[in-house]
Order: sequence, then structure tokens, then C-alpha cells
Amino acid sequence: MTSADFSIVLPEFLLAIYAMVALLAGVWFGKDKLAPTLLWITSGVMLVIAAWIGLAEVGSHEAFGGLFIDDAFSRFTKVMILVSAALVLAMGTDYMQRRGLLRFEYPILATLAVIGMMMMVSAGNLMSLYMGLELQSLALYIVAALRRESEKSSEAGLKYFVLGALSSGILLYGASLTYGFAGTTQFAGIIGVVQQGHLPIGLLFGMVFLIAGLAFKVSAVPFHMWTPDVYEGSPTPVTAFFATAPKIAAMALIARLVFDAFGQVPAEWGQILALLAGLSMVWGSVAAIGQTNIKRLMAYSSITHMGFVLLGLSAGTAEGVQAMLTYMAIYVTMNVGVFAFMLSMERDGQPVTDIKSLNQYARQDPTKALAMLVLLFSLAGVPPFLGFFAKFAVLQAALHAGYIWLVLLGVIASVVAAFYYLRIVFYMYFGKETDPLDNRMPAIQWGLLMVSALAMLLGIFNLFGIEGAAQAAAAALVN
Amino acid sequence: MQHLLSIVIFTPAVAALILALVLRGGSPEADRNAKWVALTATSVTFLISLFLLAGFDPSNTGFQFMEKYSWIMGFQYRVGVDGLSILFVMLTTFMMPLVIVGSWNVTDRVKEYMIAFLVLETLMVGTFVTLDLVLFYLFFEAGLIPMFLIIGIWGGKQRVYAAFKFFLYTFFGSVFMLVSIIYIYFHTGTTDMPGLLVYEFPYTPVHILGITIPGGVQTLLWLGFFISFAIKMPLWPVHTWLPAAHVQAPTAGSVVLAAVLLKLADYGFLRFSLPMFPVGNLVVGPWAMWLAVIAIIWTSLVALVQTDIKRVIAYSSVAHMAVVLLGIFSGTQQGIEGGIFMVVAHGFTSAALFLAVGVVYDRMHTREISAYGGLVKRMPAYATIFMFFTMANVGLPGTANFVGEFLILVGVFQVNTWVALFATTSVILSAAYALWLYRRVVFGDLIKESLRSITDLSTREKWIFAPLVAMTLLLGVYPDLVTNIIGPSVTQLVQNYHDALPDNLLSDLVEH
Repeated sequence: MTSADFSIVLPEFLLAIYAMVALLAGVWFGKDKLAPTLLWITSGVMLVIAAWIGLAEVGSHEAFGGLFIDDAFSRFTKVMILVSAALVLAMGTDYMQRRGLLRFEYPILATLAVIGMMMMVSAGNLMSLYMGLELQSLALYIVAALRRESEKSSEAGLKYFVLGALSSGILLYGASLTYGFAGTTQFAGIIGVVQQGHLPIGLLFGMVFLIAGLAFKVSAVPFHMWTPDVYEGSPTPVTAFFATAPKIAAMALIARLVFDAFGQVPAEWGQILALLAGLSMVWGSVAAIGQTNIKRLMAYSSITHMGFVLLGLSAGTAEGVQAMLTYMAIYVTMNVGVFAFMLSMERDGQPVTDIKSLNQYARQDPTKALAMLVLLFSLAGVPPFLGFFAKFAVLQAALHAGYIWLVLLGVIASVVAAFYYLRIVFYMYFGKETDPLDNRMPAIQWGLLMVSALAMLLGIFNLFGIEGAAQAAAAALVN
Repeated sequence: MQHLLSIVIFTPAVAALILALVLRGGSPEADRNAKWVALTATSVTFLISLFLLAGFDPSNTGFQFMEKYSWIMGFQYRVGVDGLSILFVMLTTFMMPLVIVGSWNVTDRVKEYMIAFLVLETLMVGTFVTLDLVLFYLFFEAGLIPMFLIIGIWGGKQRVYAAFKFFLYTFFGSVFMLVSIIYIYFHTGTTDMPGLLVYEFPYTPVHILGITIPGGVQTLLWLGFFISFAIKMPLWPVHTWLPAAHVQAPTAGSVVLAAVLLKLADYGFLRFSLPMFPVGNLVVGPWAMWLAVIAIIWTSLVALVQTDIKRVIAYSSVAHMAVVLLGIFSGTQQGIEGGIFMVVAHGFTSAALFLAVGVVYDRMHTREISAYGGLVKRMPAYATIFMFFTMANVGLPGTANFVGEFLILVGVFQVNTWVALFATTSVILSAAYALWLYRRVVFGDLIKESLRSITDLSTREKWIFAPLVAMTLLLGVYPDLVTNIIGPSVTQLVQNYHDALPDNLLSDLVEH
């Protein structure tokens, strides 16, 4: 351990110190009174660190003997994680505050989760992988059950915890098998064994278990069962948090693992990911049709979208990784906008989640309805919005890899998925007039909704330049 | 003018943006302003597109008014027109002001209504002039969004069902085109259409799941595009969304749908199926022609038994679009010229017929045929106009439709006598349903109490019909206006098509 090592993990290190200082401060000064301020500060700190990482010097570094990798790929995903976490935290403040949910632990737990995610995307070793994953998961279990007096919230937290623990067990089992057959937990060491040609059966099993464990975290079918319940039960700001940053981290972790540790046998893991992708795309689309709760609907929507992301990843090429990163960036942007809108769905001050409550919303507030319309069509992948280009990129990568059937399955699934997004449009624009929703919407939610919708439209001019960054990130991972 | 084409594309969109950002509220004044802004924008677009027509050189079979900028992900913003596409553009810009005037009576959410139509115009014109595959798909698909809203918000009683059916049906079709486009991009490394038009896709047979596909990749790509266009056109047996959409859409929506949106498919056949995948067309084209024959007879018979005026005209559209398909897929000079001619003629006629239905619907709020009868007594001007377009729809000599149908039949006859024979029934059957409809609605005694106070065409309505009558007659007696423009490009297309198909290619393909 040298100072060079610490300079590489400095962002994570400072964020961890901040979390502890914030914890002390929270306990010291009358606890929850400080919470709103603390939340805004946390948001700010995350944005500053995101800017710092984004503008940092380029190149690849390893710290602590390969436990921690800092390269273009990890920087790209870290910026996405930090920015989305900061925005989601900030936009939920008002909601939490008015329902007495804003305890000072919330921003601190979120910060710890973010540190875990940053560890995940930088992991170069099965140990640091697990450490990051657990730090993230444990923080999120608690956050899911934040509304202590609510049965649904507690159920969500418990369900998330039990299934998460199970997936961690599967992951650990895979890690131990991998260690047993490769003789090392270093990704660089594992790939050395894989490179020798024949893949030992134990290592293959280890890989399958590792991927299965991680598939839980991205809620890929058939490991998705927890998602709708947890999305529904958690307070909406927490759901928004679940739908963004952890998804990026888990997906990046899968990419990191398969490329850095098993990169030489894309045929082996490619088909596992392809299967997960196919099932997720189809089941996520079909199961969402009957949903009337917008939070459950967004849960299935996220399953479908994760299917598409996995499709890009399963291609096993730099192009696929680039498509996956672009997709994640666009998906997260859309989700921030949609959740900003969902946070404002209230009637008489009480949150509503039934999509029928949106009846004729277009008459009530044409601007917000139009922004939602753009986001929903973008989620459905209808051009000219940015969501289409995200889909195009992953489908293209998958076709290059020869997954023609999967591509056909994907496009048909996207037609099915279009139906349930259109259903929301249907209620907003064609529905029968009912009791209107409250007109209240804090400026930050309104702003994020508009920015996100505009981004879907204006992004088609140049993708805001993320194309180059995603390409560099993909090149850093696949070499 | 270097950017003339882009100006034509985006003028309506800019007007829509201005409406969206500047205009406030739903007061009658605001509504009136919205209508005037929309009318001005569409008229100006039409005037600018006249410059396009004036500057167009028919003898040049290449693309003109080209613009090219690099865009994301290796695609390009690339536009240009040639003899095949310019009339589609002109048809669109010509129809839009009429559509706006035709919707002058809209009272519900006028601003949004006008924005939807303006955006739709941009997307339609864009589809016809784009020279990049992905940009084409973008414009082609994006048009679904405003149309979905137009049917769903301003439509009739079953508008929700119709809107969903319209959207999902066409979206389903076009994803196959998307896969084909991705494959083409993967295979050739470009989405540049002028380059792809001269590229020869492989046509050695491929084996999939034990089935040998003659024409190989070309056949598959042809099918990918065909599924999308066949649904859009719409071809029997995937036409069922159209009657639903037409009947439920507001009058202006039906007009745009019939006059322009269906033509996107015909344009697609001309631009992709024939020149890019000639071998695929050779293999599957004949089957498509038989589908079209079935479509003509089937939908004409179905049109006979409809009780809703709009449904009759909708089925008539399906039948006439099938005739256009026959002309295009014949691959002959006359057939293709006739196809384009018919596109233009049917654009005027079907638009006029839907507007005519709109006229009585505005007064009586019903489209049931049985609710009418004897209109000629109260509405002589209306009866005249309706008669004129009924005759045009039937293909009476002297109207543009006759020229189109005649050329198509001549072209088809050279290729397949049997198909031509059955296609001729289109003329007889359309006379049957159109004239019978006319008799039931306009002639007879005026016995319905409710019809006694019905008023004849207003000045505004007369002004909508006037240009359509003029164009139908003009092209009917002087078809050179159209054929001079499209002739050289069609000759080139036919030439390339036959050059790409060496003799006895088909037997070779099967024996492989």
C-alpha cells in the first residue's frame, strides 16, 4: 500500500469520509432537522466528484495489487452512477420531507450504496467485487424499508433482503468454485487459466453461478421476481434510485467480470447472456401488459430494458459494450424524467400510482403531458427519439455477433412493449375525465422532467458527445 | 438555393414549434390564430415546394437538391429528390393547406391539433426525400406518433381501438424493415441510399431451417421491407387496420391517411423493392401481385356491403392501392408510370371523397348510408362535386384516375395476362360500389325529416374542392404534365431493373 494506491481511489475515499462525517454530524445535531440540508449537500458532493472523475486524466491504473481498476470504462460508469444518484436524491427531497420519511440516514445510506457501486465497477478481483456488491446491497435493503410503519415497504425491504442474500450466496458459491479451479481470485489470473485453452468444468460452473448471482441484481428473467414488489413497496424516490444507479453498477460489473475474467471464451458466456436477454425482453414486455400500477409497470419496463442491454453485452465485442453503455446512459436519462413525473402524481396530497388516475392529464397540464409523451415513446423505442438509437445500437451489435433470432425476438418484444407505454399515453390523452391530480410539482422535478424529455429530442443531433466517451470506455474494457 | 429541400421539410415543424411555444390558452382567438398560423405555414411550404418543382430537371435521373451532413453513429443527414420522389413531395405539400382548411370547424384543442398536422407534414416530406436508410426509418416511423394522437384524440366513438390498432399494426410491420436496415448496414457498412441503389446484394440461395430460399439474402431483405410496406399500404390480408382507422379518424386525418400516408408504401416499393432487391422481386414479386389481385376483388366486394359511407371509401382505397402495387411490380415503363400517376390521382380523389363525407358528417353527425338519400334536392353543388369524384374514383376517361389505371393495366398485361384480366375487374367493381353508394346517398326522394334543412356547400368548402377538381381534370386531359417529370427516372429504373436480372436467372436460382 503506497500513496499512489490511495491517489487512485481518492474519489471513493473522500466520499467514504464524507459519509462518516455526515453520519457524525447527523447524530450530533438534532438528527432529522439536518436531513434536507444533508441531502442537498450529498447531491452536490456527488456531482462534484462526478465532474472530478469525468475531467480526470485519462489512462488505466491499478491499485492495491489489482484489486481496484481505474480505467475509462470505470470512469464512464462512475460518472453515470454519481450523476443519476445525485439527481434522483435531489428530486425526491420534497416527497420524502412531506411524508416524514426524510431521516438523516437516507442520504448517508445512499452515499454508502454509491461507494459500493463505485467499488463494483472498479473491481479487479472477486473479493473486491463482493465487497462492493455487499456494501451497495446492504445499504439498499435498509433504504427499501425506509417507510417503517408501512407493511408494503417493510415487505419490500424484507423480500429484497432475502432474495438478495440468496443471490449473494449463489454468487459466493460461484466465486469459490472459480477460485478452486483457477487458483486465484484475481481477474487477471482467472483469464490466464482460461487462456490455456480448455475451460475446466468447475470454472464453467463458477462462471454460470457468478453470472446468475449478478443477474439477480440487474433483475434479468428468470431472476426478476423481486423487482415488481420491491418497486411497488418502496417509497417512490427510493424506487427511482433503484431504477437508475444500481442498474448501471450491476450491469457494468457483469461486463467487467465476463470481459476481464472470462474474456477469452465469449462463446460460453455469450450464450448465457443471450438467453437472459431473450427471456427478459419477452417476459418483461408481456408481463407488463396487465399492470395498472405505474411503479410495477416501470419495474417490468426495466426488466425489458435490461434485456436489451444484455443483448448488447452478449455480442462480446467492443461495439456491444459501447452499445450497452450508450443504452444505459439513455435509459437512465429517460428514467430520471419518468420518475420525476411519478413523484408528482398526487391527489389531495396523497401519492397515487394507478395509471387510470392520469385520465385526461393532457388537458390539465399539456406541457408535462407532452414531456411524458416524449419519454414514453422514447422508452418504447419509437423514432425520432433517443430511445430508438439506443435500441438500434444494441440490435446492430447483436446482429454482428450473429444473434439474428434474438434480434427478431427483440424487435417483436419492443412492439409488445410499445402497447403498455401507449396505454399510459392513452389515459393521458384519450381517457375519460376524472378527478384531476394535484397541480403541485417542485421546480427540481419539473426541471428534470423537461430536461430529460428535451434530451430525448435534442440528443439525436449528436448524442451529447457520449458516443466518443462510450467508445473509449468500451475500448478500455475489451482489448 | 442550397438548402431548399431542408426548408421544405422543416418549415411546418418550425411553425409547430412557434405554435407550441408562443400561443397560449384555449380562447377562441387563440384557436383562430392557431388555424391561421397552420394555414400560412402549409401554404408557404407549398409555395416553396413549387420552386423545387420549377428548378427540377426531369432529364437528370440522378438525385437533385442534394444536401449532406454527417450525423451520429455513422449515419448521415442526406436528402435529395429525383423523378420518382418529387411528385410524392408535391402531393404532400399540395394537400396540407387543403387539410387545414378542411379542419376549420375543429373546436377541441385546436392548437394541439394543428401542431400534430404540421409535425406530420414534416415527417411525411422527410420520408420522401431522405437518402439515408436510418433517416428514412426515422421519418417513416415517427409519422405514427402524430397520427396515433390525431385518431385517438379527435376521432370518433371507437377511436381508442382504432388508434391502437393503427399504431401496433404498422409498428409491427416496420420492425422487420428495421432488422433489414440493420442487416444492410452490417453487410455493406453504409446507410447511404444512392450507394446502395447500385450495390448488388448477394442472391445465392440460402438454407434456413431446412428450407432453401431462392434469391437468398435479396429475397429476405425484400420480404423485410415488403412486410412493412404491405401493412402500410395496406395489402390484403393485413389491411384490417385501415377501415378502422379511416372510419374513426377525423375528416382531416382520413384525408392525410388516404392521400399521403398510404403512399409512403408505394414510394417504398419504388425506392427499395425494385431497384435494391431486383432478384428478390423476381422471386416473390409475382406472389405479391396475386395478393394484390385478391385484394382488389375481395375489398371491392366488401365495399359493396358496407353501411358506413367512410368504410366504402376506405375499402375503395385498399382496392386502388392494390392496383398501384400491380403497376409498380410489373416492372414495366407503363406500369410504373401508371403507378405513380395513380398515386397522384388517387391522392386527389380519395382526399376529395373523404372531405365530401366530412361535409355531410359535419351537418348530420352520422355516416350511415341509410340516414341519407335525396341530397341532390337540397345540395345541388354538393351532388355535382360528389358525382365528379365518384366518377373519377371509378376511372372515367377524362379524369386523372383513368390515365393511371389504363397505364397500369397496359403494363401488367405485358407481364402477366391473367393478373391483368383479374385486375380489370377493379374498374367494374369500383363502378358498382361507388355508383351504388352515390345513388343511395344523393339520389332518391328526400324523405328523411332531418335532411330537410340541410344546407349546401359553403364558400370555404367550395374552395377546398376547387383545386382538387382542377387537378384531376388537368391531369386527366394533359397527362404529360406528370409523365414528363417522372418519365426519364422511370426509364432509368426499368433499365437498371432489367440489367440486374440476366436471362434465365430464375431457372438458375431454382436449380442451385
